[in-house]
Amino acid sequence: MRVMVMVKATVDSEEGVMPTLELLEAMSAFNGQLVEAGILLAGEGLKPSSQGKRVAFDGPGRTVIDGPFAETRELVAGFWLWQVKDLDEAVEWVKRCPNPMFGPSEIEIRPVYEASDFGEEMTPGMTEQLEIMREKTSGA
Amino acid sequence: MTVTEIHRAIETVFRMERARLIAGLARMMRDIDAAEELAQEAFVIALSEWQKTGIPRNPGAWLMTAAKRRALDSLRRRKMMALKHAEIGHTIKEGDETAVDAIEAAMDDDVGDELLSLIFTACHPVLSPQQRTALTLRLIGGLTTSEIARAFLSNEPAIAQRIVRAKKMLGAAGLSYEVPRGDERTARLASVLEVVYLIFNEGYAATMGEDLVRPALCAEAQRLGRILAGLMPDEPEVHGLLALMEIQASRLSARAGPQGEFVPLTQQDRARWDRLLIRRGLAALQRAEALGGENGAYALQAALAACHARARRSQDTDWPRIAALYDRLAEVMPSPVVGLNRAVAHSMAFGPETGLACLDGIAQAEILSQYAPLPAARGDFLFRAGRLDEARVAFERAAELTRNDREREFLLARALACRN
Repeated sequence: MRVMVMVKATVDSEEGVMPTLELLEAMSAFNGQLVEAGILLAGEGLKPSSQGKRVAFDGPGRTVIDGPFAETRELVAGFWLWQVKDLDEAVEWVKRCPNPMFGPSEIEIRPVYEASDFGEEMTPGMTEQLEIMREKTSGA
Repeated sequence: MTVTEIHRAIETVFRMERARLIAGLARMMRDIDAAEELAQEAFVIALSEWQKTGIPRNPGAWLMTAAKRRALDSLRRRKMMALKHAEIGHTIKEGDETAVDAIEAAMDDDVGDELLSLIFTACHPVLSPQQRTALTLRLIGGLTTSEIARAFLSNEPAIAQRIVRAKKMLGAAGLSYEVPRGDERTARLASVLEVVYLIFNEGYAATMGEDLVRPALCAEAQRLGRILAGLMPDEPEVHGLLALMEIQASRLSARAGPQGEFVPLTQQDRARWDRLLIRRGLAALQRAEALGGENGAYALQAALAACHARARRSQDTDWPRIAALYDRLAEVMPSPVVGLNRAVAHSMAFGPETGLACLDGIAQAEILSQYAPLPAARGDFLFRAGRLDEARVAFERAAELTRNDREREFLLARALACRN
């Protein structure tokens, strides 16, 4: 199964406090372990929400909102995509991650929907639209 | 945590640590069987200890220490038991501390030479390909004997036997558990890559089967490929194979129709292709090429797969490029089947007459005389060239040769179409 592993934002990450060399080394060692286990598919760190934007939808209406956004702990500061055997394995890996932030922080694990989860409800046309969206948002 | 939760967590940890544990112990014991047993014993100790103390912060090191203690006991026992083990006993006596330190260091080492050496040992050419695949899945993948048996549609005693014999052969060959260097490494790497691709294909070719375990084999092979790419980043063919597997796996869910029937590449719903795997495959292919490996057999096959992956619609396929890639592949990996595929590519790129000319070159191949796809391809080229009578004969010949009912119906229908 695939899981998305999200590093939640903190006040520090939202203020753009850069990690120490020590933390960078620890994180890169952890990433090395993920590669060595063959489970790492993708992963990136995100800039603070002050450099991001949101688009709010209301029927036909579209409103662009500039960051920063409130409710820091609901924001995502970085993510990985892992291929693991089950959720237990993902939890064990996350427990091995060095604390990615200076203070208390949180990492969230969410299973990814696979095409098979949708069964017959997912028509080819819908899949295509989703894939085109993924293509466009991935920057590839 | 409840007892069941703790048990599950410990099992998960063990599954994650197992391969490294066995790798370190195998080097110490020079005996894979003993290494596996010691790892299992460490797991049993952990089960009783961790229920009291909780899972330690570094469970891998904990398991290694427990296993190492038992290993030393066992080596001392062996030393006393038999004179012929004097050599090992000597090593232990003289190099006791350094040996243990080295193993411990390897456990913390992110380069993972231990793991690599275990992969190379499990894929040793003295073993048959079947033994290598079974042993690799058992040692590196951590699959149980029954899981491997199901994956290969075999029975458990047969697989168990295969693994036991493989371990015995490795023991008898007195192998060192080290990654070879230079030319020998290149030669052995070919065996490692072959095993990983065998595992992948076992899963890939079986997606029409009922057993859901088999796509899991693809995932395991991809995981092995990613491990290898991480451990041997400078080997172009490692990236080539990884690229090939990621791109092929991207089509897994599009290869079967609603009734589980096989859907050929050109008719697949490309929206169902996994774009993430395609991107990963293209990136791996780029690395293989950047390392100067563009003419490697796996990199070339990956490049072929990439041509299809890049085409949004079947009709957008860059057939001239595919034909050129097949020309190179036929030089690197000459085989009648590659020759046949090359002919198909040329027919798509330059017309049916060119395809027929390519076929003439391989038509004599003895090995293809009973191979239905050959007359089927010839029939298709002839049909497209407007030579309907000859096409009908070829389709009928192909229908005679195939053992697949659905395929036979399809071929007979095409033969019938030649009469009009």
